[in-house]
Amino acid sequence: METTKLEMLKEKALNIRLGALEGIHAASSGHPGGSLAIADILAYLYFAEMNVDPANPKDENRDRLVLSKGHTAPALYAALAEKGFFDKDILKTLRKFGSILQGHPDMKHIPGIDMSTGSLGQGFSAACGIALAGKIDGKDYRVYSILGDGESEEGQIWEAAMFGAHYKLDNLVAIVDNNGLQIDGKVTEVMNPTPLDEKFAAFGWNVINIDGHDFDRIADALASARAVKGKPTAIIAKCVKGKGVSYMEDQVGWHGSAPKDDQYEQAVAELKANA
Amino acid sequence: MADKIATREAYGNALASLGEKYTDFVVLDADLAAATKTGTFKKKFPERFFDCGIAEGNMVGVAAGLAASGKTVFASSFAMFAAGRAFEQIRNSVGYPKLNVKIGATHAGISVGEDGATHQCNEDIALMRTIPGMTIVNPADAIEAQAAVEAAITTYGPFYLRFGRAAVPNVCPEGYKFELGKGVKLAEGTDVTIVATGLMVHLALEAAEALKAEGISAEVINIHTIKPLDKDIIASSAAKTGAVVTAEEHSVIGGLGGAVCEALAETCPVPVVRVGVEDRFGMSGKVPELLAEYGLTTENIVANAKKAIDLKK
Repeated sequence: METTKLEMLKEKALNIRLGALEGIHAASSGHPGGSLAIADILAYLYFAEMNVDPANPKDENRDRLVLSKGHTAPALYAALAEKGFFDKDILKTLRKFGSILQGHPDMKHIPGIDMSTGSLGQGFSAACGIALAGKIDGKDYRVYSILGDGESEEGQIWEAAMFGAHYKLDNLVAIVDNNGLQIDGKVTEVMNPTPLDEKFAAFGWNVINIDGHDFDRIADALASARAVKGKPTAIIAKCVKGKGVSYMEDQVGWHGSAPKDDQYEQAVAELKANA
Repeated sequence: MADKIATREAYGNALASLGEKYTDFVVLDADLAAATKTGTFKKKFPERFFDCGIAEGNMVGVAAGLAASGKTVFASSFAMFAAGRAFEQIRNSVGYPKLNVKIGATHAGISVGEDGATHQCNEDIALMRTIPGMTIVNPADAIEAQAAVEAAITTYGPFYLRFGRAAVPNVCPEGYKFELGKGVKLAEGTDVTIVATGLMVHLALEAAEALKAEGISAEVINIHTIKPLDKDIIASSAAKTGAVVTAEEHSVIGGLGGAVCEALAETCPVPVVRVGVEDRFGMSGKVPELLAEYGLTTENIVANAKKAIDLKK
């Protein structure tokens, strides 16, 4: 990847991480671990991959993103604000009474949100429906859905996986945030959903394993997904929960708790220093 | 009175017959197209029909995604697996984002018959009523079923359409005009009001005749739209008669009876007696046997109408 593009993506990812943490800190509530984990993927999707226009958020030809793991909304909101769907100042109203930025994505009130999600397993099915609508209407938009590895313990994920392959939804890409942790502990200890790559392959999907923080690999995987016809693609992205903040990285305790003032200051300093 | 037709049959026919006039709706089913009668639509419009297999939760999610992309979507299964199994998908993926999905639920109530308790859903109206913005229509006959399907197509938002397996006679009078959210007065009376829905409507009309023979004047109101409920027609009738009996092929908890009690308690408190499935599960049997066992009969409506009249004294 060209250096300028890589630098741009790093800057976007940094701003997404900062925006997510700003909201979570202001709210004293939210899910920083998974939000930081998917920041690089979101940066690539919104600034190098997806055809979306903040001035026309309901454009029927736009690419769609369904955040099936809806609790990592702070990162998605930060990406949308960074892209210009709404003012960045709104990020600090996250989860507050009267804010458009609900605890989980709300398509009725937030510009750029393509599907209301939050109840795990459900967004992925909706992504299948959006992809099917594209096929019915002969449109060439693409649909991206970010899932959690813990989320893939939901049976509905596999109902949707069956559906996506059955209807040959090659306009659909599932990106699994494979950070290995869920609320109660390691996914392999709580209820082992692995091997996710072999499972998706067995369900008839094109499967690609990548490092979810390596922009070159993200780029390659998404390009390869575009090239595959007749089946959807699942990208199993190895991510680090809490990526970029030393005390949060790979710590299950940071799944759903907000940093206190001093912790927030440290997180911001670390993210900026390492950028 | 015309031949008996099941409302599920009318549902399938309505989808197929309206498919040309309204070209943008699609139909989903969960491996029950032959039973829900969406197969009638599938035969005519195969490119607008999508089987989701035995996966109702995913079907509702797919419906939500299609609707989020501008489609009007009918998603069908038995009431048990639509309102029951997929309740939370309907609530979170359809209701909360207020998407244009029509749940076409067939085989509602006890009249499923031989399949027994696991398939007899007497709880669906109660479940669907609690979802904000959900419109619920429970047609009484084939004419009303056809009209309900068209109303669902032309009215934006989440719908729960409830159809039965058993054949029912036509109750809609000649020249009947279906109006979403409006109750229909089928008989005038002064002593008691019978508020009925679905297959209980024709039994309510029979009950009114039986009461008349005993010198009791019963008003009969058909409530096809359970939500939003036509509180005005119910309250004004209750104010006139002073006693109400409800009749539904659904649990007495949370369905039409519950809705009528809630409405009257706040507008026109009069005695209300509920005829419906008492707080128990279903069982296998033939439809007439089951209707008798669960008190979904003309005789039971008559007895409870008298009870309601006694209560006002």
